[in-house]
Amino acid sequence: MKNIKKIALDGVVTSNPVLKLVLGTCPTLALTTLAMNGIGMGLAVTFVLICSNVLVSLLRKVIPSQVRIPAFILIIATFVTILRLLLDKLLPDLYASLGLYLPLIVVNCIILARAEGFASKNPILYSALDGLFMGIGFTFALTLMGAFRELLGAGAIFGVILWDFKIEFFSSSAGAFFTFGLFIAVFSLMESLIAKKKKINDYAKLCKLKESASVEEINAKLKGDK
Amino acid sequence: MAELIMIIVSAVFIKNFVVVQFLGICPFLGVSKDFRSALGMGLAVTFVMTLTCLITYPIYTYILVPLKIEFIEIIVFIFIIASIVQMIEMALKRFSPTLYNAMGIYLPLITTNCAVLGVAELVIDTVQIADLIGITAAQMNMGFAVLYGLFAGLGFTFVIVIMSGLREKIARTPVSKHLKGFPISMITACFIAMAFYVFMLI
Repeated sequence: MKNIKKIALDGVVTSNPVLKLVLGTCPTLALTTLAMNGIGMGLAVTFVLICSNVLVSLLRKVIPSQVRIPAFILIIATFVTILRLLLDKLLPDLYASLGLYLPLIVVNCIILARAEGFASKNPILYSALDGLFMGIGFTFALTLMGAFRELLGAGAIFGVILWDFKIEFFSSSAGAFFTFGLFIAVFSLMESLIAKKKKINDYAKLCKLKESASVEEINAKLKGDK
Repeated sequence: MAELIMIIVSAVFIKNFVVVQFLGICPFLGVSKDFRSALGMGLAVTFVMTLTCLITYPIYTYILVPLKIEFIEIIVFIFIIASIVQMIEMALKRFSPTLYNAMGIYLPLITTNCAVLGVAELVIDTVQIADLIGITAAQMNMGFAVLYGLFAGLGFTFVIVIMSGLREKIARTPVSKHLKGFPISMITACFIAMAFYVFMLI
């Protein structure tokens, strides 16, 4: 149970594939013009990630380690082909909006990185969950960035027009680079603030003060003790 | 002749692989710290992209389409790209150790470079590619596909070299702690993309 909680937290927040590990940059930049595209790409990647993780985990004792990378790529390519055929028939709109980036899921580093780094060393259930939560983390980051760019670039969210004010820059390719850089910077800022807060809380506990104690209170207490 | 100019303008500038289509972002950020390695990576990618188009286009058009098994194209293409990269690596090691030492470390990275698979997928989409270079879909042939691969690769080289020059300068400027590294590279790329935006307005 603890393991599952750790996998979930890792996938969505602490090692978010996009914001923390900076994997899969190409689809992130290309498909965040609209929030809906972000969800579509995210779910497509999640599907491939779960399937490939399960199969890699199943075959982890069978595949010789010298040829594991080509074998992983072959597994991933098979699932991308399946996904492509399914989307073409079931959701032609999504298929059209993902365009060239759908076959490119094969070379998306997230999937290969999870196959190599997690699924080839862990049992099936954990690998499937890792795929699921990494996929959710990817979808979450893409949707958030898509919503930000859509809101500023088109004055809309999920296709619902809110106002007439538009900054074209955010829908252009330059805006994609800018937004991605900004999101990574803000994520790293938030991470360091949380780490700092945690450190202060730990000190407060050590000094037997209440958890919300400020730096000044801790300093005063320390001085008093001396 | 007119088509050649259209291919150059379209592949290098209007539909630049890196800053307009966002293909090959990983090497663009990973191997652009200094000028020499950026140029080496760019030329290695250009070579592989040209060779990929030369092999995948006829295989798709003359083998997969007549047999009606187009749907396995992704598996076939990734297999071909991996083989090309492996063969170049072996050939370089055998015949030109100096070139191998200069380019060798970039070669394995190219297999999972989305610019290479991207160009293979792009040139078989005859309607779209013909529209880009101003011909009809029926006129599309292998020559155009290979030229497109070559110039798309050169467009990649062009941008990665510009980026390496800018990053050498940025490395010496004071940048706030949270913007250091990846975010500031992204913002640099943002300005390059803005410069390329001009070509889309034409």
